[in-house]
Amino acid sequence: MNLSNTAVASETRWQAVCQASDLVADSGVVVWHEGEQVALFYVPGQGRELYAVGNRDPRSGANTIGRGLLASLGATVVVVAPLYKQHFCLQDGACLEDPTQHLPVWPVRIRGVTVELGLRLI
Amino acid sequence: MQATANEAQRARLVIVGNGMVGHHCVEQLIERGASARFELHVFAEERQRAYDRVHLSEYFTGSCAETLALCDRDYYASNGVHLHLGEAVVDIDRERQEVITAEGRLGYEQLILATGSYPFVPPIEGSSGNARLVYRTLEDLDAIRAAAGGARRGVVVGGGLLGLEAANALKSLGLQAHVVEFAPRLMPVQLDSEGGAALKARIEALGVGVHLARATQSISAGEHYRYRMNFDGGEHLETDLIVFSAGIRPQDALGRTCGLTIAPRGGVVIDGQCRSSDPRIFAIGECASWNGSAFGLVAPGYAMARNLAALLMGESASEFSGADMSTKLKLLGVDVGSIGDAQGVTPGARSYRFIDEATASYRRLVVDASGKRVLGAVLVGDNSYYDTLLQYAQNGIKLPADPATLILPQGSGAPALGADALPDSATICSCHNVSKGAVCAAIDSGCGDLAAVKACTKAASGCGGCAALLKHVFEHELSARGVTVDKSLCEHFAYTRQELYGLVRVEGIRTFNELLERHGKGQVGCAICKPAVGNILASCWNQPIMDPALVPLQDTNDTFMANMQKNGTYSVVPRIPGGEITPEKLIVIGQVAKKYDLYTKITGGQRIDLFGAQLHELPLIWGELIAAGFETGHAYGKSTRTVKSCVGSTWCRYGVQDSVAMALRLEDRYKGLRAPHKLKFAVSGCTRECAEAQSKDIGVIATDKGWNLYVCGNGGMRPRHAELFATDLDDETLVRLIDRVLMFYIRTADKLQRTSVWREGLEGGLDYLKQVVIDDSLGLARELETQMQQVVDRYECEWANALGDPEKLKRFRTFVNDQRGDPDVHFVRERGQRRPAAPLQLIPTHEEAM
Repeated sequence: MNLSNTAVASETRWQAVCQASDLVADSGVVVWHEGEQVALFYVPGQGRELYAVGNRDPRSGANTIGRGLLASLGATVVVVAPLYKQHFCLQDGACLEDPTQHLPVWPVRIRGVTVELGLRLI
Repeated sequence: MQATANEAQRARLVIVGNGMVGHHCVEQLIERGASARFELHVFAEERQRAYDRVHLSEYFTGSCAETLALCDRDYYASNGVHLHLGEAVVDIDRERQEVITAEGRLGYEQLILATGSYPFVPPIEGSSGNARLVYRTLEDLDAIRAAAGGARRGVVVGGGLLGLEAANALKSLGLQAHVVEFAPRLMPVQLDSEGGAALKARIEALGVGVHLARATQSISAGEHYRYRMNFDGGEHLETDLIVFSAGIRPQDALGRTCGLTIAPRGGVVIDGQCRSSDPRIFAIGECASWNGSAFGLVAPGYAMARNLAALLMGESASEFSGADMSTKLKLLGVDVGSIGDAQGVTPGARSYRFIDEATASYRRLVVDASGKRVLGAVLVGDNSYYDTLLQYAQNGIKLPADPATLILPQGSGAPALGADALPDSATICSCHNVSKGAVCAAIDSGCGDLAAVKACTKAASGCGGCAALLKHVFEHELSARGVTVDKSLCEHFAYTRQELYGLVRVEGIRTFNELLERHGKGQVGCAICKPAVGNILASCWNQPIMDPALVPLQDTNDTFMANMQKNGTYSVVPRIPGGEITPEKLIVIGQVAKKYDLYTKITGGQRIDLFGAQLHELPLIWGELIAAGFETGHAYGKSTRTVKSCVGSTWCRYGVQDSVAMALRLEDRYKGLRAPHKLKFAVSGCTRECAEAQSKDIGVIATDKGWNLYVCGNGGMRPRHAELFATDLDDETLVRLIDRVLMFYIRTADKLQRTSVWREGLEGGLDYLKQVVIDDSLGLARELETQMQQVVDRYECEWANALGDPEKLKRFRTFVNDQRGDPDVHFVRERGQRRPAAPLQLIPTHEEAM
């Protein structure tokens, strides 16, 4: 994945998905975005405050990631899948226990009172 | 029977027989990707696809052909396997390599015979119709059921494993059941004479007649029943139907007619690769004969199926080398176990025996001449000894100095083997077949913590039943390597739960961030420390768990105050204190379930669980329940669940105290109490103990003078009887003692530790707990009671609290930017209710209507 290319592409493709007030601190919410379910995790006061990953748990097939617990393992911010408790890195969607599982990730930002998503990366 | 064009390149593999072993072979092949290499055809004589013959008698107690089925209806089709049901193979043309059925011929490259066995019916004069039933297939069971109509008594000929299963089936059909056995004892293959005697006593106590050493000469018309069985000694027994279960014979007819080598005692002769005398034809399961023996159990058949699937797929397959015939069963509700040389026939073998005639329990341990190794064992009445004995026998573990301790009564089975006593070959995780040696290897290759060992070996990632044993082995091995075991809660806190509890209380800490700043590391916390600290804060201060500072700490069930199920929907359990409920409230639950189309099921704790709610429906459902006077049942929390009760002295002729009133009082007091793990209570109104209080964390049993208190029991994976703690208590003293026990537990237990495990780890044991709680040896009693009263006074229904706060309700949205529900949640209808659709049953039915 060439991140610099997507960064260029994403310049023109930011889309508003919800209000900043819809976010819940230190926790996740889910938005419906162009037929996909995207989980938004908000960690105010940290280096990076907002993450967007796919809501579908690859192991169970259920859309539950957005309801998982936020955690830090070392310097990695992760979400713990609610059903089988595997950990996903919020930065790149990688599963720490099983390299065959992966969450898609989106660039995400807050503009004023609006939360915006870029083009899906993986 | 024509192959489609795109199948032309694949070799055709034909399997004859769709019983348990034939089906297992297909599963093993599919798992190994055989559909790409083979065009698979399965021929079955029966019309029903493979089903579980081991649990056949359940067909009469609520199971149907569908629930006994071993796979989903479309498993074969969706994996590209051609299943020909009701199409028996009548001959094999080995020259042309074709199987022949009534429909025609089909060529094969390779052929697997998995035709199983058939019941042996001895030739007896007058045996026909309902006096010649057998017990093998679902059709046989239909015939038995038809014969049982209008019948009063049924006889099974054969007192072996299958015969006793058949007797159980007759009993569940409401017949008076009798067993007639030729040998002088029941289960002659697996048991010795004392074991057979104990089993006979137990089975007779269940109302089943047992007639040993009887050979039936003829069957004639009866006087009081339909038939009369005339035995060789001149005695007779009358009955309305007779089921023969006098053994099985390999179903080798196909092999015989096509000229394969057949063993003298029947069965297609196979080598270690399951190959018959024709290299293109294999045989597995009961129709095969290896080394002169056929195997009438499912496990050896599965082993053959597994090995053969691997061989056909070109993997390095292990050879079939015989089977361990050890078995552990429940026959007519009686535990029966047989390990290795159960009869003690090995030269020089010596036995230890334990006989309890009062309860008809029997245990025999057979050891070798040196007295150092277990050769075999017999168990009747209590199989809790089985696993440990099997470990000893299979792994050749050296016996303790007094081997008899392995079968003497212990209260909870044989003393478990310590981690150091287990050999490297001992299986730790049976789901993933991980041995102790593999765990040690993982540690040696650098796995420094339990999570790494789990990730590396997969141990404890199946059913999770071995997690405690794995932890024990891991810690033991680390100590053995001179590594100090780090008891830190996690990377964020270098304290145990008990120490953190002390810090929170002493310093009056109210939030996670406060605790993390003062005593922890990092910024966010993790899945271990967040719920543990959330739980400590709730136990100490009992603030509503939906408060903004607490919400992010909870695991998902606590966060949304409901129990997440496998498809991401939730189940909801309103509190029904003591299991007592008015018709009006019962109707409300029914109406709510109907309105939201929730699957309803009665729980073990005398409540009603409502399944299938989506996140955004939870507030609507709870709004209606709370309006009708319900409160949250805390089924999602590590907290008080229920206080189960029997009906007590108000209705029951035996009751000596009002157990329902006491249950209501206890449930009202402790509802909302958060603890290191869930808490279950029960109150029984007399010594008959109908509420099963001795399996609960807190059990109360009425006496004519008051109440007896039992503590620290639990059911579940590792049941433990609660221990008698105090007797003949009045109401007030009872509550005071429970206050103290529970608060002391909350203070001192480890995270996620049930009262049973906590109690077992208490130095000084039950006596110490009595000293602290009853004699107040630590001077803590007052404080513990006060603390409990604070928690009780601060109780508030969490759902009522959340419904009153729009900010909290914002979280209960499936999507924060869209009104729709989760479009990927699909249900199917089953027995009049909906349940989650399996991945292949994606037929949307209800979300449109909702």
